[in-house]
Amino acid sequence: MPASPSQFGLSRRKFIQGASLSALAIGGPGLLAACGTSGAKVDQSECTSSDSSSSEKEINFSNWIGYVDPVKAKDTSTLEKFEQQTGITVDYQNGDVNDNEQFYSKVSPQLQGCKSTGRDVFVLTDWMAARMIDLGWLQKLDHSKLPNVDANIIDFLKSPSWDPNRDYSVPWQSGMTGICYNSELTDPVTSFKELLTRPDLNGKIELLTEMRDTMLFLLLMQDSDPEDFTDDEFSAAIDKLQGYVDNGQVRRFAGNDYVDDMKSGDIVACEAWSGDVINLLGGGKYKWLPPEEGFALWTDNMLVPNKAEHKSNVEEMMNFYYDPVNAAKLSAWNYYFCPVAGAQEEIGQFDKSAVNSSYIFLDEKTLASGKSFMILDEKQNQSYQQQFNQVQGG
Amino acid sequence: MTQTTTSPPKASDDGEASKRRGWGWLLLVPGMLWLAIFFLFPTVQLFFTSLYDPSGSYEQGYALTWHVANYVDAIKDTWNLFGRSFMYAGISTFVCLLLGYPLAYAIAFKAGRWKNVMLVLVIAPFFTSFLLRTLSWRAILADQGPVTSFLQTIAILPDDGRLLATPVAVIAGLIYNFLPFMTLPLYASLDKVDYRLIEAAGDLYSSPFTGFRKVTFPLSLPGVVSGTLLTFIPACGDYINAELLGTPKQYMVGNRIQAAFLTEHNYPLAASLSIILMLIVVLMVIVYVRKSGTEKLV
Repeated sequence: MPASPSQFGLSRRKFIQGASLSALAIGGPGLLAACGTSGAKVDQSECTSSDSSSSEKEINFSNWIGYVDPVKAKDTSTLEKFEQQTGITVDYQNGDVNDNEQFYSKVSPQLQGCKSTGRDVFVLTDWMAARMIDLGWLQKLDHSKLPNVDANIIDFLKSPSWDPNRDYSVPWQSGMTGICYNSELTDPVTSFKELLTRPDLNGKIELLTEMRDTMLFLLLMQDSDPEDFTDDEFSAAIDKLQGYVDNGQVRRFAGNDYVDDMKSGDIVACEAWSGDVINLLGGGKYKWLPPEEGFALWTDNMLVPNKAEHKSNVEEMMNFYYDPVNAAKLSAWNYYFCPVAGAQEEIGQFDKSAVNSSYIFLDEKTLASGKSFMILDEKQNQSYQQQFNQVQGG
Repeated sequence: MTQTTTSPPKASDDGEASKRRGWGWLLLVPGMLWLAIFFLFPTVQLFFTSLYDPSGSYEQGYALTWHVANYVDAIKDTWNLFGRSFMYAGISTFVCLLLGYPLAYAIAFKAGRWKNVMLVLVIAPFFTSFLLRTLSWRAILADQGPVTSFLQTIAILPDDGRLLATPVAVIAGLIYNFLPFMTLPLYASLDKVDYRLIEAAGDLYSSPFTGFRKVTFPLSLPGVVSGTLLTFIPACGDYINAELLGTPKQYMVGNRIQAAFLTEHNYPLAASLSIILMLIVVLMVIVYVRKSGTEKLV
């Protein structure tokens, strides 16, 4: 029999009384939650940090996988070149970002409380960058330290509606969302409709966990305009998607890790980001194409969060990557749409076949036909995301 | 073993006990503090969060309005996920018991000098991260992998059949990951069984099966109960196996909670789902422990 508290000279009642009292005393702060939560918005001017760039030559850089050229035995990578030129050490967190919303959840407790995230710069997609600017979570960049950016950023990206002067964001790369298929294991998949309805692809395809990427195509499939649609149209698209999940067509929803499933052959086609197909899957039998319904065009931006202590170092790095030679080297490896004018003239020295690559240099016509997702307010975002997650969650 | 570790040291007589009056409390303090900070505080917080006004948002903030309807909404959309979670966890626990019992029995009674080696082997998977082990199952069960093609060759699986991304893979993952949690408590209670009692059963002409049924198994019940609890409870809330080895059709309630917290930032929904899961599990455990009549044993 377990020893009862009475053996310590305590009655059971006294023990319980004491225990619950002390529990209440310690658990009391939990009652704070009883007041609800305050908003996530912060006043940026009250959340400044000192910049220790001059004494600490370092940058903590969080990025998606397959976005920066790796160190090779014979050749230096762009990051290495930057380190050598400036003496700044870059702690590069490859894949710290795997999904915009999840990354947002990861850093929001700190940013909301005006605390350091431990990161000096991270790379997020337009709509998420816009949200963070709105919340006051980002530091304003000093354009006097970014002459290359001002001189070389392509017109198409110069002035987005959510950050017209590029005060808070500098594009890292842009890209397209479309379809990737393994040409050894399946016939070409040229449209989203095929991807989601062809019986031979049942259970062998994946879609992205990014709601905007995936739903853009579902909306296009039913002839809705992804840049301007109603709640009903969205719900109708969700119902369609539910059908494709229920009949087992969609094997799983994936973040950037869809490349692993393509490599293992578990899936033969998927919704994919353009450059990944070259830089992570190595091209060859893996083909990427814009679906017949249209394709999504997006930009991922370098952002400096509040309380990051190496902003000047980061600005130096932004400036470095807007040198056309460095930009060319980066794009020659990652095969994403290059935001730097003049890179096309330089890219030949790194990769001859990249000079006319339709992944890296998009002509006016392609740029004009790229689609983006409607700007959502908070309530829409939550409701759409919830409907989308319910499909994902069976 | 469970008994000796959870029991505080007994005072040898009453006189000494009264002298130690102040000390008993002090011994409890670290444990109580731990529970208060890491269990009570978060649970209270979670409870209040579950009653926030769902019309708020993460960006604007949530107000506490005692919105009990959150629970109704949560159940309405996810009852099938709860059902699936308990079914998967139940099957895994049962299979773990079937696999773990003979293993623990062999280690306790038959392993001889190999006892320690076998125990280390049971624990060995813990030397690698849980995530890595589950990820390697993806490679092992892959559609183009050796296991799948072997099963296809011997026609257990149809040619276009697969292992990965099926309920089988998810349940197998759960079983694999939780087997040690079943085996160790079973071993601990079997190891304590006085082997002479089993011999006595034989001397009294019981068949080996009757001996097991009437002597060994009842004596090992504390291990069975703690093993099943240690397996079932975490398995109910697990979402990694479903996410890595399954498809949306295999997702468990943990996946929904994770998505509600991390991508929707719908804290009231996520919190009420968590509370419901917790309550159901606690209820099931109470009924189970009562039924098996082992309150005094565990």
